[in-house]
Amino acid sequence: MTTMNMIEAINSGLDNMMARDDDVVIMGEDVGYFGGVFRATAGLQEKHGKTRCFDTPISECGIIGVAVGMAAYGMRPVPEIQFADYIYPGLDQLVSEAARLRYRSAAEFTSAITVRSPFGGGIFGGQTHSQSPESMFTHVCGLKTVIPSTPYDAKGLLISAIEDNDPVMFFEPKRIYNGPFTGYYDKPVEPWSKFEASEVPEDYYKIPLGKANIVRAGEAVTILAYGTMVHVARAVVEEQGVDAEVIDLRTLVPLDIETIEASVKKTGRCLIIHEATRTSGFGAELSALVQERCFYHLEAPIERVTGFDTPYPHSLEWAYFPGPVRIGEALDKIVGELTA
Amino acid sequence: MADDKPKTNLPPLSLHVPEPKYRPGDTVDYSDVVIPKAGDQPRPDLASDPATMREMVYDMVRVLDDDYKAVGPWDPKLSDETLLQMLKTMAQVRAFDDRLHRMQRQGKTSFYMKSTGEEATSVAAAMALHSDDMCFPSYRQQGILFVRGYPMVDMINQIFSNREDKLKGRQLPIMYCSRELGFFSISGNLATQYPQAVGWAMASAAKGDTRIAATWCGEGSTAEGDFHSAMTFAAVYNAPIVMNIVNNQWAISSFSGFAGAERTTFAARAAGYGIAGLRVDGNDPLAVYAATQWAAERARTNNGPTLIEHFTYRAEAHSTSDDPSAYRSAQEREEWPLGDPITRLKRHLIHRGVWSKEQHEALDKECIDAVKVATKEAEKNGILGHGLHQPFETMFQDVFEEMPWHLKEQSDQANREREIKWPDAEASK
Repeated sequence: MTTMNMIEAINSGLDNMMARDDDVVIMGEDVGYFGGVFRATAGLQEKHGKTRCFDTPISECGIIGVAVGMAAYGMRPVPEIQFADYIYPGLDQLVSEAARLRYRSAAEFTSAITVRSPFGGGIFGGQTHSQSPESMFTHVCGLKTVIPSTPYDAKGLLISAIEDNDPVMFFEPKRIYNGPFTGYYDKPVEPWSKFEASEVPEDYYKIPLGKANIVRAGEAVTILAYGTMVHVARAVVEEQGVDAEVIDLRTLVPLDIETIEASVKKTGRCLIIHEATRTSGFGAELSALVQERCFYHLEAPIERVTGFDTPYPHSLEWAYFPGPVRIGEALDKIVGELTA
Repeated sequence: MADDKPKTNLPPLSLHVPEPKYRPGDTVDYSDVVIPKAGDQPRPDLASDPATMREMVYDMVRVLDDDYKAVGPWDPKLSDETLLQMLKTMAQVRAFDDRLHRMQRQGKTSFYMKSTGEEATSVAAAMALHSDDMCFPSYRQQGILFVRGYPMVDMINQIFSNREDKLKGRQLPIMYCSRELGFFSISGNLATQYPQAVGWAMASAAKGDTRIAATWCGEGSTAEGDFHSAMTFAAVYNAPIVMNIVNNQWAISSFSGFAGAERTTFAARAAGYGIAGLRVDGNDPLAVYAATQWAAERARTNNGPTLIEHFTYRAEAHSTSDDPSAYRSAQEREEWPLGDPITRLKRHLIHRGVWSKEQHEALDKECIDAVKVATKEAEKNGILGHGLHQPFETMFQDVFEEMPWHLKEQSDQANREREIKWPDAEASK
């Protein structure tokens, strides 16, 4: 075991996979010699060579399109899209090509591609470095969508994603690259090294896709969250003294519906939290699923706490962020009479 | 301040919206289309710096002259046997297109696309590649499959989306795929195959393989971002690839001017990227062969990518869904200054003394008969819209390698609906 922050854990997972499998190649803007703007690929080119980890032109369409062709050859590309906000020029290659290739070729060609991309706000990145576009991808049949919330999970999930024979969107919550963020922007951030989830094996290990993690067991309400919001939810729950069951979804597609269903049937209440904008966000899908499957167990309306339906603002970032106040208010609505 | 400048005397700006020269009913006169003399074009060394061969993107590689003789440095000097094979393959493609087009008109399938007049751009090109080079075609390169020996009956099964369709009835007719024959799955989204082909070529190079990639798109699709991404990546990584633009003048009803043809040639795109570019008489099968061979050997010897513009003409509709008489002059096909690729090769072979008019008539009949036999065979496996040819589970398979719970639920739903909607359809289950 070594203490790693999320960037180091991702780097370690990439390094393990490149050593295990010659077909794993990394490409993206600034990922080669420089090692990535967030340092996720630091040292990999030097260690594994220039044809295994290399810089690309600034062309997301080209990066994804080329990855599809490499995967068709038999490689296992792990392209990096420098910010999730930049992914849109590559959408056609993801949606119409990578996601559909297995289906349209009756499995003659597949797209074993893992697209890594930092996402989410809280870093004063403004509207082009803060977006959470995950629901665009969960809507696409043929894509898997994975979002880790700790260094340990990030490495284990990333290795599973790379070994998966289908295309995986691997969104990394960049706000928590260095430490778990609780939503209190005015408090100092504690580094990952102070938390158990930073204990990461240097060797290969996997966390299966499609399995959620109950990060806090409880009876009063089920909270569904992923990425940064898992930590914000936990902090608010502790502060308000609510006996919530906090579920870190880890994978949005395929979703661990069993864990969700069992929890909501137990608690009878459900709060869904994501940083992404509200309308047609993944929370809408979760809310519909919980309603369809747990309606007769529900004792309160399902609540959603999300980002606002606006572009991510720069100066008003903390007014936008779905932090403790918005979550606390929703919790009051759902379990207010229990704690009153 | 900018606003202080007087503007009243400036001429008003005007927007140029391209318009083709000829619309329905117009008399066509192609005398302004510059057709260089066959045999006049230099054949650069395989390792030539693209900067030294820039004039070639405005010229036109031509081998067959007006007397159907093969002339000049680009003559690939093919054997009679190879040329006869080329002729027979193109004739078979044309007969196949005619018959399957008619099948669509008879209601046996939903859609078809002919390659009439453009057969050389896929048949001669594929013949110049190695059989294991990887092809990333667009939707009008059925000729590649004929060159590589894909059975016609399998093509027709796909066109009919029947129970023997290897693609399980999932794809629009003619969107073939054959991993075994190095024929990538065809996409309906245009030019997406271009960066994919470059990626495949990059992988082949990274692995120290000897196979190269080849890709095709229409002149209209060169406007897509994918085309330009592919050119950038191909140039940056010196990818071993042959990139073909089939300039057949029309993208459905939009003439090539909407892709920039009023300003320059499509081959000229290569110059800006520092890629070798060739402009070829696309209706001259020998020129297509020679240019492809040159580009393929260039790629195979680590001398980098080549962009080839095949100057040709789409003799028929874009697909079964449009009527060209509604947007272009019917005379265009008759007046096309580069003739027809099959006719030109036929006359060349007659000129060589190895072929005759009678033999060609017999060949045409043979080709028609072969398609008829294949069609009958395929019809036994069903036609589109008559019967449920695939088990409903197949709709949910191959979305992912393993079927997740939500697709299993939806698959069960589809099968429940089946019992209500088609209670008597057990036989075709």
